[in-house]
Amino acid sequence: MKRLISLTAFAIACFAFTAATVKIKGSDTLLPLAQKWAETFMKTKSGTSINVTGGGSGVGIAALIDGTTDIATASRKIKMDEKLKLQEAGKTYKEIVVAMDALSVIVNPKNTVSKLTREQLEGIFTGKYTNWKQVGGADLKIVAYSRESSSGTFEFFKEKVMSKKNFASSCLMMPATGAVVQSVSQTKGAIGYVGFAYTNSKVKDISVSYDQGKTFIAPSLQTAINKTYPIVRPLYFYYLTKVETQVKPFINFVLSAEGQKIVTAVGYVPLQK
Amino acid sequence: MKNKKVRKFSEKIIENILGLSSAITSLAVILITVFLFSEGLRLFGEQPIEKNFELVVHKCNTVKHLTSLQIKNIFDGKIINWREVGGLNQEIKLFTINDIGQYFSDEEVGASFEFLPQRINELMIKDTAIIAYLPTKYLVKDFAGRKLDIDNITVGSFLAGKEWFPTAEPVVQIGILPLIMGTLWVCFGAILLALPLGLATAIYMAEITNHKIRNIIKPIIELLAGIPSVVYGFFGLVIIVPMLQQTFNLPVGEIGLAGSIILAIMVLPTIITIAEDAIRTTPNSIREASLALGATQWQTIRRVVLPNSILGITAAVVLGIGRAFGETMAVLMVTGNAAVMPNSLLQPMRTITATIAAELGEAPQGGLHYKSLFALGCVLFIITLITNTIVEWVTRRKKLS
Repeated sequence: MKRLISLTAFAIACFAFTAATVKIKGSDTLLPLAQKWAETFMKTKSGTSINVTGGGSGVGIAALIDGTTDIATASRKIKMDEKLKLQEAGKTYKEIVVAMDALSVIVNPKNTVSKLTREQLEGIFTGKYTNWKQVGGADLKIVAYSRESSSGTFEFFKEKVMSKKNFASSCLMMPATGAVVQSVSQTKGAIGYVGFAYTNSKVKDISVSYDQGKTFIAPSLQTAINKTYPIVRPLYFYYLTKVETQVKPFINFVLSAEGQKIVTAVGYVPLQK
Repeated sequence: MKNKKVRKFSEKIIENILGLSSAITSLAVILITVFLFSEGLRLFGEQPIEKNFELVVHKCNTVKHLTSLQIKNIFDGKIINWREVGGLNQEIKLFTINDIGQYFSDEEVGASFEFLPQRINELMIKDTAIIAYLPTKYLVKDFAGRKLDIDNITVGSFLAGKEWFPTAEPVVQIGILPLIMGTLWVCFGAILLALPLGLATAIYMAEITNHKIRNIIKPIIELLAGIPSVVYGFFGLVIIVPMLQQTFNLPVGEIGLAGSIILAIMVLPTIITIAEDAIRTTPNSIREASLALGATQWQTIRRVVLPNSILGITAAVVLGIGRAFGETMAVLMVTGNAAVMPNSLLQPMRTITATIAAELGEAPQGGLHYKSLFALGCVLFIITLITNTIVEWVTRRKKLS
């Protein structure tokens, strides 16, 4: 009998717990950031519970359409067919940019090349250029490192730098960002791309030009914030307008100075204030 | 009397439990196999284009049929003129639904996209050089364009295809020959390295050294088996990869040989333990008879002990190969994973297991990519089955003779 009572109490507690939960689902890129936000927010505001899960941007928006999540996180803008689905379901949504993500193109420190145009980068990763002397460097074979096709970084790079063309099959596919940095640091002819926060002194950042070589911009927190550095993408939150009151406190926190400080700490680029 | 009855009863229960356990195990194996093949075989006969999407061209376009490789090259900008694929001499114009903004304003498309199908239709009438990748539902009833004829995925194109781009748009490239070749190269390289080393260690421990030294070596080797594979992988990436790069003066160190070396270290404990056990089972009487006839210790090992324990040694090799085929994480980290056709161990390679591990997590369930990864699993299953069968056959022949 005693056990039954405690079980019921537990069940009720669970129920009460889930009732106050804000569910966040979506992008794996945003996952560490969203978790950190949720952790800090729950510490400051006791009584609210935020449940963060990953799965990918597509998964998050699908959950938003099904109504199984309150906030969908996405590392890309909502697609047209997803908009149509939301419309068919009779749901209105709001979109908020919560942070920015920047990618650095890195090479081995011994490489003499320190700037490349977008067209040259596209040529390198599609296999058009195979030697560094074709892009103004020494006579050295280019070894291109990419992330696996399942990674959000891969998609971002493909869309923003390679105008959606496919990577050459000779690209080396690395399972993790750390592995890309490690490999580039020990391979002379290497080139790779990693999240802005992952570069270190063992690799060299490349300045990138998106205007056929007129201006080259080096990646830094500053150039990313003032949007002169081109390989930057916004990260989004999507939520349905009908749950606005429920999610608003959390979103306000995310956009606050304190929330944006966490963005820098996790390694992304904060929004310009 | 009563005691005996209880004992009998409890024995019956134990028997039943044992029977049930083996039934559950067999059932689990069968279910997994059925699941694997039922998911994997659904790949064949499918169109290599995403469901509910179409590839359309202008009605007057003379090109009726394109291979999936040609489509990929068109969308990659490698084929830019219709002449190159047997059409008229005009530049190919690519169109996807996101390009609609370049042709029409938001008002023309409509706030809730109600005029979108119409606008697309207008575009298809106007532009003779266009190739468009569109959702089927945006095609109006009397659509002006013509749907392109695309080859289905067949077992042949799957096994013999040399391009692995399972997420390419608009048409996926699912050819696994580079992956199969990569797997075979890496595994056989590993066995070539591990077999002499493992066999030598096994002979040394079983026949030559004394108990004291064996008691030191044995636990060390068994420790090798307990190290997580991701540790091997990281060791390979940080130590072996730069080492190979310098030794062979290569542009890149993430090559098949690095995977072979790591796998060789990983399969050593299996090979050594089983081979040593096999050597030890040689009856002492035979060994002593050989020595009594005046044979030296080495002659005894080579002519008497090894032939006697060949079955166990073969088993050791097979289990080693099996482990090598199935190993994922370490290989994923060191072989570079480039899906190109390998022709030497000094090239980057992509193995089947690494592909499944790296890609299955993000593949949408039930999609083409998902099915092709399951089909890859089937191929791995069949490769392992074939190796096991060959060995079964070899050992049986040996036994008969």
